[in-house]
Amino acid sequence: MSAWLANYAAFLSDRQADIWTALREHIVICLIAVLFGAVIAIPVGMLLAGNRKGWLNGLVFTIANILQTVPSLALLAILIPVLGIGRTPAIFALFLYSLMPIMRNTFAGFQAVDPNVIEAARGMGYSTAQRLLQIQLPLAFPYIMSGLRVTTVYIISWATLATLIGAGGLGQLIFSGMGVNKKELIVTGALLAVLLALLADFVLGLAEKWVTVRTKSAPAAGTETAG
Amino acid sequence: MIRFENVNKTYEDGFVALKSINVEFVEGELTVLIGPSGCGKSTLMKHINRLNNPSKGKIYIRDQDISKIDPVELRRKIGYVIQNVGLFPHMTIAKNVIVVPKLLNWDKEKMERKVDELLQLVNLDPQTYRNRYPSELSGGQQQRIGVIRALAAEPDIILLDEPFSALDPISREQLQDELVRLQQELKKTIVFVTHDMDEAIKIADTIVLMKDGEIVQKGTPEQILRHPANEFVKSFIGKKRLASDTFDPDLTLTVDEVMSQHPVTASPGRGMAEAVQFMERQRVDSLIIVGRGKELLGHASIFRVLNRYRDENVKLSDVMQPFDYVVESGSSVALAVALMNEHGLPYIPVVRGSQFVGLVTKGSLVRHLADVYNPDDMSIEELEAESAKLGEEALLSPSPEDGHDLQEGSDRV
Repeated sequence: MSAWLANYAAFLSDRQADIWTALREHIVICLIAVLFGAVIAIPVGMLLAGNRKGWLNGLVFTIANILQTVPSLALLAILIPVLGIGRTPAIFALFLYSLMPIMRNTFAGFQAVDPNVIEAARGMGYSTAQRLLQIQLPLAFPYIMSGLRVTTVYIISWATLATLIGAGGLGQLIFSGMGVNKKELIVTGALLAVLLALLADFVLGLAEKWVTVRTKSAPAAGTETAG
Repeated sequence: MIRFENVNKTYEDGFVALKSINVEFVEGELTVLIGPSGCGKSTLMKHINRLNNPSKGKIYIRDQDISKIDPVELRRKIGYVIQNVGLFPHMTIAKNVIVVPKLLNWDKEKMERKVDELLQLVNLDPQTYRNRYPSELSGGQQQRIGVIRALAAEPDIILLDEPFSALDPISREQLQDELVRLQQELKKTIVFVTHDMDEAIKIADTIVLMKDGEIVQKGTPEQILRHPANEFVKSFIGKKRLASDTFDPDLTLTVDEVMSQHPVTASPGRGMAEAVQFMERQRVDSLIIVGRGKELLGHASIFRVLNRYRDENVKLSDVMQPFDYVVESGSSVALAVALMNEHGLPYIPVVRGSQFVGLVTKGSLVRHLADVYNPDDMSIEELEAESAKLGEEALLSPSPEDGHDLQEGSDRV
């Protein structure tokens, strides 16, 4: 066992540069995908919550749902003729996956705002945009944060497949390990992906708690409707 | 001030919420819109700040057609209070109070002064409450904030949609009193929606009674109580209120109006020492014994209690006597008085079935007479002066000058 550990340590120091590169690539891919996902999905979720046309909401959610059900490997393959190979199609595929959960959580957060609060805001002369941004957005923030957290954890694990279209990342370590039958590579890749996901979950969890306290809007501490 | 001209509201599903409404809300008055649920009173009110828009007809505020005003601008000039308060949970009390001034870009210092001024207006200490969050306040306090939030931008018009109906009875009374006091100071044009007739009578300058999207009657509380337009109004006001608020000698006076509703009662399980102490504290010489369900069991006088005082195991149920005479709720006072007179009773209980509801005593009869014969609550001195004058008048032949004096006297009270 100790011999194995010594071997493993030697391997780590030997392949240090590769490992760091893979980790960095992985983080960059996930970060960009989630970031773009948030930039698109949060406003879309807000708009859907603000509009009163039920069919439009249905349509958008159906499209996002269908995207969600396409197997990730298939999605990556489909994207090759369109976007070629490399980092861009990988990020694009992961971005498509991130849309649905972020949008759904944003929408749910906006829907969960006490209707009395919304009526009061309307009656006192908030315009629709002001109401969405100044009242509903802060109150929906805990929901949005929890959407981001769940999405990030998923994306980190899915991103290991990105290496199949040449995007690099921790998946590269795992697949090359499988290719040359080197367990250390597989273990390192998998372990780092898990640790990265746990770390993201922890940090975003703290952020979620922080906004919840700041906005006094956790579902548990909701407004007293009975007054 | 606010004028509805032939306003109709039909919803998309064909439901007719308002039928050709013509009504005017007078400047500086508190108008109560009242009616059973679904009668359109809230719908009507929400037309004023364009949360609803009429299908037909026009609404004018100060002779300006409000369909030509931007709804957002309009709403910022009209205070709005809703039933479930709707404070913003992520903002402090101070921020909640000044939301509308902030939308109107008021000066920062002016807003801070306004917060303190308004909190003091409803007896909440600014130091304590300014930085709290809505969830840290009681229901009554939250609605106080709801009311001052509507006052913050100094609107001329304030709309209140059943603002107190979700509160407990004590907070409700307090807030009604506060609203009446505020209105005396501020003289705003207030439209207040409620389904509670007691509330309406207490606070309204004018009552507008609605049913099925139409206005049934409009008038002061006094006019509506004295001259209800039809059977619906009568039943909505309630028979009891009609009888007690308009003194009509032709109407049979019932024992319910004369009885004292909270006489001293005790449960049958009490011991003698307890009973004596209780009577001492309440300053009475006998107790009415009622069971758990308020059913009338009997009475025990101080003498009977003292007779058995030595025995520690005796309970009130052992010494009490059943009542020989009771009157049903709703019977005439004449019957109660006749029974008391005939049998020399100091008091007579009023029951509904077997339930004890009140007690007609000599005291409660006198109090009722005082209400009828001295409705203005004149002091003894004033009454003595008046009687003296009447006496003189009876002795001397009345001169024009005396008549004039008397006139002045009654004017003064």
